[in-house]
Amino acid sequence: MAKTYREINEKIASGKAVVVDAEEIIDIVKDEGLEAAAKRVDVVTTATFGCMCSSGAFLNFGHAAPPIRMSEIMLNKVPCMGGLAAVDTYIGATSESEDRGWEYGGAHVICDLIDGKSVLLEARSPGTDCYPTKEIKTYIRLDDINEAYLYNPRNAYQNYAAATNSSDRRLYTYMGILQPRYGNVTYATSGQLSPLMNDPKMRTIGMGTKIFLAGAQGYVTWYGTQFNSAKPASANGIPIGGGRTIAVAGDMRAMSTDFIRPGVLEKYGVSMFVGIGIPIPVLDVEMLKCLAVEDKDIWTVLEDYSDRSGADATIRKVNYAELKSGSIMVNDRMVRTSPTTSLMKSKEIAQILKEWISSGEFTLTEPVMSFPENHALKSLKIRKVK
Amino acid sequence: MAATKKTKLLLMFPKELTGEPATWVLVKEYDLKINILKASINYNIEGRLLLEVEGEPRKINEGIAYLKRSGIKVEKNGTSTLIDTDRCIGCGMCVAACETGALTLEPYGKVQFSAEKCLECMLCVKACSQRIITNAFDRF
Repeated sequence: MAKTYREINEKIASGKAVVVDAEEIIDIVKDEGLEAAAKRVDVVTTATFGCMCSSGAFLNFGHAAPPIRMSEIMLNKVPCMGGLAAVDTYIGATSESEDRGWEYGGAHVICDLIDGKSVLLEARSPGTDCYPTKEIKTYIRLDDINEAYLYNPRNAYQNYAAATNSSDRRLYTYMGILQPRYGNVTYATSGQLSPLMNDPKMRTIGMGTKIFLAGAQGYVTWYGTQFNSAKPASANGIPIGGGRTIAVAGDMRAMSTDFIRPGVLEKYGVSMFVGIGIPIPVLDVEMLKCLAVEDKDIWTVLEDYSDRSGADATIRKVNYAELKSGSIMVNDRMVRTSPTTSLMKSKEIAQILKEWISSGEFTLTEPVMSFPENHALKSLKIRKVK
Repeated sequence: MAATKKTKLLLMFPKELTGEPATWVLVKEYDLKINILKASINYNIEGRLLLEVEGEPRKINEGIAYLKRSGIKVEKNGTSTLIDTDRCIGCGMCVAACETGALTLEPYGKVQFSAEKCLECMLCVKACSQRIITNAFDRF
């Protein structure tokens, strides 16, 4: 028995939709069976809250009098993009401040703006006939600039390699601290709760999908950078290691720093924890089969982060039930594991999205364009430069 | 002889007591085995002392009572690791850094800390993505 987006949205509007999160659905399917559960449940919510470096925001400051065409721009001493129109900028989450280094960066500026704080804007320009001002210094707040929207080119990685370290040296990485001699293992993603794990071929997630983004209603705006739909996958369709990604956007004014946070990663730099929740419609039994996926059936690879030569650094295959258990076997020894994605926040977001949909304030959107299949990842060729 | 136990005490000395030979008294009067883990005593200003104390439970309690009587603030299960748990997002970065298992995550929750297991290495201060773990001895 198949359902359409329209039928599901009508149920949402009348307050009759049955909505559960991607973990609750596992037991429901076990108890009721696929057929009955597919009939009864309308929407399954998924979520993740992890470090996503490929994040940032577009801002438009408004024109000063007399106007300036900003080419060098800093917000709280964090360098921003000056290669757009006169008072437009893009601030990247990982950009580091000139005075505090990785202790304060683009992600902090974005969150300070969301929190309503004043931020120091410094801009310079060579000056033109139409934009005569050459230098400005002022404070801005989210309320007094024009547009401010988060635009993250790559978020919500479908799957990701777990990390360990065979070397004799402690490594400081974006996967956290990796202790020497296989001292620990870290892993990303929320596993069975993670958006793209629950819709492995991205049948329902595409251009225009409405999502929970950092506490606001945002949208999927393109496929994410490093999108890889050609990666070898398990029988359930989930790629083993890094796979598909999404680009997302949303209005910063509707966001809350309960669901978006700067992250400082020692000896690596600044990143940003971004809360994303995606509702998936139970269109039919096939869809529900994907949604009922469990950690034990989601596999990734464990990689040695001390080998950055580009050679295959895979140590073993591992599933998320093992990773979440607190320890796994690595070369005949039990090694402790820990996440880099907050399960606490992921679950909180999945539950909030569930409430939004149950109460009728959030409806589902059918993608206006699906993302490419067999889209492989290229690596950078180093050619001889004259 | 009764069984001994080990505990960690964080002592905070107010200005007027920075000259008090508290460690000596604990050894001499209460027969406690003491391992100084961290010390920052600024004579006539303020002091902090993190001790690992081993002895009969009764003697440990009497020793603590003596310290309190003297006007020294004592924290049982003391540690120099201060965590502002309210702001914890449960990311797990500190857990990766902690080699003794003192830091763990509650299921679907925030960080949990065991002062008993902590070796005071302070790597978690660097690892915390939210910068909410601080070293109590850093303020001096």
